[in-house]
Amino acid sequence: MQNDWPALSELAAAVKNGSSSAVALTRKALERIERQQPIYNATILTLSESALKRAEAIDKAIAEGQDPGVLAGVPFIAKDNFLVKNSETRAASNILSGFIAPYQASAINALEQAGAICVAKANMDAFAHGASTENSDFGVTKNPFDTTRVPGGSSGGSAAAVALGLAPFALGTDTGGSIRQPAAFCGVVGLKPTYGLVSRSGVIAMGSSLDCIGPITSSVEDAALVLEVMSGRDDLDSTTIESDPQGYANLKAPQLSKVRVAVIDEYLEQGLDQEVKDSLLKLIDKLKAAGAQVSHVSLPSTKLALACYYIITPAEVSSNLSRYDGIRYGYSDPSAKDLEQSYLNSRGKGFGKEAKRRIIIGTFVLSSGYYDAYYKKAMTVRTKLINEFDAAFKDYDYLIGPVAPTTAFKIGEKAKDPLQMYLADVMTVAANLAGIPAISLPNGFDTNGLPIGVQLMAARRNDRSLLGMAKVIEEVNNRA
Amino acid sequence: MARLSKDDVLRLAHLARIELSEEEVSEFLIELNEVLAYVQQLQSSDTEGIRETNQVNALTNVMRDDQLIDYGYPPSELLKNLPAVLDDQIQVKRMVE
Repeated sequence: MQNDWPALSELAAAVKNGSSSAVALTRKALERIERQQPIYNATILTLSESALKRAEAIDKAIAEGQDPGVLAGVPFIAKDNFLVKNSETRAASNILSGFIAPYQASAINALEQAGAICVAKANMDAFAHGASTENSDFGVTKNPFDTTRVPGGSSGGSAAAVALGLAPFALGTDTGGSIRQPAAFCGVVGLKPTYGLVSRSGVIAMGSSLDCIGPITSSVEDAALVLEVMSGRDDLDSTTIESDPQGYANLKAPQLSKVRVAVIDEYLEQGLDQEVKDSLLKLIDKLKAAGAQVSHVSLPSTKLALACYYIITPAEVSSNLSRYDGIRYGYSDPSAKDLEQSYLNSRGKGFGKEAKRRIIIGTFVLSSGYYDAYYKKAMTVRTKLINEFDAAFKDYDYLIGPVAPTTAFKIGEKAKDPLQMYLADVMTVAANLAGIPAISLPNGFDTNGLPIGVQLMAARRNDRSLLGMAKVIEEVNNRA
Repeated sequence: MARLSKDDVLRLAHLARIELSEEEVSEFLIELNEVLAYVQQLQSSDTEGIRETNQVNALTNVMRDDQLIDYGYPPSELLKNLPAVLDDQIQVKRMVE
């Protein structure tokens, strides 16, 4: 199986001009999804019936002379934490078994209004807690490049799905790197937009001050098009911001001689694998050869970003997951005699270990007597980190660094040690804490044949500029 | 530096209304203390006079008109996901004897 889909704009054009059809594309995706399942486990639910019904309606609309939109007939896969109307949505957790979404995410609505078709739900770490997809209650997803390794996480199913060519694009969520790290591990493009640029309505919340929705694609051009369709203000999410008036799809490459790029020094230190480092340095040489100015910058608080993240996130998780009470939806323990026992048993049996760990840490850092020392401290360090990023973006247009310290690790390698698993996020969490846009791009392979990613960041609301520079990096790498 | 005892883990789990198995309690006791030891490094950062950040885009008081909006979710559909329903009402377990 390989990722051989043409660009999203070409697919939609082919559907509209009749050289292909929404039904043909949907059938191709569904057939591939079925074939990979026993080997890779990238998806946990297939939406064959609703997808084919939508595809037929789109083909009919085109036959009647209507324009279904810029993604006409393009199939996609949504991470299982996106509510898709009338389908089971579980965030890969047993506690939500049987939950049928009565409405759907604004992002899914936007994509459907542009003609796209959701064909399946991707596997993930339950409630997006993890960096390997091993925390899924539906079994791990295998890395497309080596089935003994993880695809990354938490959007591991989405990244593997795009790498395997199951669908032309997938949706992920990124709270601390959950789009970018799996994209890097699977050799695809993963975009975490500016906080608030894509509505979170209808997406199962993890850390509400950090959660971002973004596309996982084969190219920067595709990521830009999907962002354009999904972005902007939404009455159902009051944290949303306006999208760029110039849009995102019409990518504009910056003039390299005018571009100021800086490497984050701290990211070259923290246990960085030599091959990952070499691939970054090689790219920097190529950018310099092409005329870009590349310097170094120190952001001291990035060293504290992970500690900051693992206080703020569990705090928000413990609050967000309090709604799973065995009363409103999902698993409810039938044996409980009274209300308190019903809470204790439903949550005790329904949640997996990682959700429990985070809820307990969150409860601790928010508890009386520890709030100031932990939660409030983390929120002030967050401000320091933001100030350092803001200062750096006065001098530089882009920051560049690795996505993760290593390439894809072995299944089971970190699963028994939560802290080791948390460290997989060490280079991605800062962008979430600062709310800035960041993108993970393929940047070669290591000697085991595993993909290496590179991360590019820009100032808040500079997603358009970020995508333009990402396109340049993609071209520089394709030339070599 | 705070270190959690077994009683702390049990108390926090109860506050969060999660029943833990014996095995989970002993596992979490070790793991959660490792995580707390790791996040302790934040104390090294001088944050004197710095305010917390709650909203990265500095949005405050996002208002809309106080109007009834029909999103088209009939109560019957929303009630379908409830584990226990009685006469279109949410049914819960006994609270008081």
